[in-house]
Amino acid sequence: MNLNTALKSQHRIYRVAALPIACLLAFLLHTPDGLTWLDAAILGFALASVGELISLPAWYSCRIAPVERTPVWRLLATHVTAAQILSLLWLGVGKLLARALAFVPALHGIDARFDQRAALVYGAGCVFYLLAVAFHYVSLAQDASREFETRAMETSIQARDAELKALKAQINPHFLFNSLNSISALTSIDPARARDMCVLLGDFLRLTLGLGEKTSVRFSEELDLVQKYMAIEKVRFGERLKMQETIQEDSKVCLVPPLLLQPLVENAVKHGIAGLPEGGEIRLAVQRQNGRLAILVENSWDPDAPPRRSGGLGLKNVQQRLDARYGKDANLRVNTEGALFQVSLSLPVEIEEKA
Amino acid sequence: MSTAQGKRWKALIVDDEELARHIVREMLQSHPEIEIAAECANGMEAVKAVAEHKPTLIFLDVQMPKLTGFDVLELIGTDAPVIFVTAYDEYAMRAFDVHAVDYLLKPIGRERFEAALERAKRRLGERMPAPQELAAAARPPQQFLERLVVKDGTRVTLIPVGKLDYAEAQDDYVALASQGRKHLKQQTIASLEACLNPDNFVRIHRSYIVNLERVVRIEPYAKESRIAILTDGARLPVSRAGYARLKSLLDERS
Repeated sequence: MNLNTALKSQHRIYRVAALPIACLLAFLLHTPDGLTWLDAAILGFALASVGELISLPAWYSCRIAPVERTPVWRLLATHVTAAQILSLLWLGVGKLLARALAFVPALHGIDARFDQRAALVYGAGCVFYLLAVAFHYVSLAQDASREFETRAMETSIQARDAELKALKAQINPHFLFNSLNSISALTSIDPARARDMCVLLGDFLRLTLGLGEKTSVRFSEELDLVQKYMAIEKVRFGERLKMQETIQEDSKVCLVPPLLLQPLVENAVKHGIAGLPEGGEIRLAVQRQNGRLAILVENSWDPDAPPRRSGGLGLKNVQQRLDARYGKDANLRVNTEGALFQVSLSLPVEIEEKA
Repeated sequence: MSTAQGKRWKALIVDDEELARHIVREMLQSHPEIEIAAECANGMEAVKAVAEHKPTLIFLDVQMPKLTGFDVLELIGTDAPVIFVTAYDEYAMRAFDVHAVDYLLKPIGRERFEAALERAKRRLGERMPAPQELAAAARPPQQFLERLVVKDGTRVTLIPVGKLDYAEAQDDYVALASQGRKHLKQQTIASLEACLNPDNFVRIHRSYIVNLERVVRIEPYAKESRIAILTDGARLPVSRAGYARLKSLLDERS
């Protein structure tokens, strides 16, 4: 918050506070044998309207003597001195005003009556100053904690961004090298298929890089990427890899974070089907219901399989990104029942707004 | 040109991907002296094929279903040169470098293939490094064994470490007790101990490693010695040093 806007907001707060302060002052100034109700009301309102004489300097003294970094004796000295000076100043303004008002016929003698209450005005000034100090310290502390929160949030967003970038950069080297090896084999067996595979791999890489740059993509784009990925892996695994999709049509327009689905399917291939000598099937079911998008990826796996490196990194990354974006509003569940591995994902439906 | 007599080498190709096997097969075509004895799509088949064909050269993929290339090597304990084939695995590659085992990286290139073949031929008869050491070096740091592979004849058994009750040293072998059965495996108890997570497995005696989860109680036996009673009733001797290790682990847990 810069100085100017800070001052403006203080000014606004004071304008709200001025009326009750004026009433309070009028109540305090009135005495049966001294200031009349009229005197008290006029002076009370006048003093309250110049109350910023006290509250604004209080704000400055709070800034130059931050409560957590100033020794107690200096805090006391600063504020006691400031309280004295400002109250005297305030009282002086009051006296001048009373002198001036005394010329009004109806208020004759108001200066003398005001002088009787000088001590009270002085005391009220001190109390008013101290209250302002307390108020400012509290609001400064709030500002600081808000700023701290914002900064913490910014850093965590940056960290997550970095994670996503890292994920993109490491487009699974295993997958790439194995695909290249398949292409290499196909060049002599079936050159046309080798070329198809090159195109598929090129499309896959382009899509991955393109999707990663966006913050939201249509679910249909995620499905495209998965189809390319599966086409490549089918060349590698042959008959061992099967896929069955049940996709509700109106789920395709939902907006989702990019690279959400493909890591789940890749996980099913790498840690599921690849570990089965006879292979198996991946089932993908997507439904849109009651404002939620439900994604289920199910595959057979071998619970006793030799553990693969980087196990579950893809799932963890998806989880983190869901947390960062939806908080508690989205969840990812992993369920293993014997030879069945299930990942279910539920997130709120977001739809592109029509321009 | 080549006759059966001309083929002095018998090769085995082990890879779960048909296209990957095809490349090796194709590259071997220009080597009439090498006969392809068999191709295997997984580790179990490989273990059987080795017993059956007694190959003199093995191309072995690292990542396969059921048994990894390291598991296969451990089970076959062969004198034949092994050329590992892998796509990308920094730890495995480091292990190969350390133990001077030859390996090919996918996609496999002709030049590299020929070099590996030449080296393998020169090394015929040299024993491969101890498979357990190789496998241990290929494990990422801080990662312990998750399962043990044992072979009885041509039958291969996988024992998840959680199902291992205890291990007992028997000369050059260890007997692995799991679910009421004992499996013999050619390995020293010290090298087995090094592969197991020390939070769960304790060397309670010169000849015994026990799964902490199975220990029910410890009873004094004679002066300076004790006996550990396991859930299945087995009684294992506990040495003084073993008792100290056991006690500190149990104290940590409580």
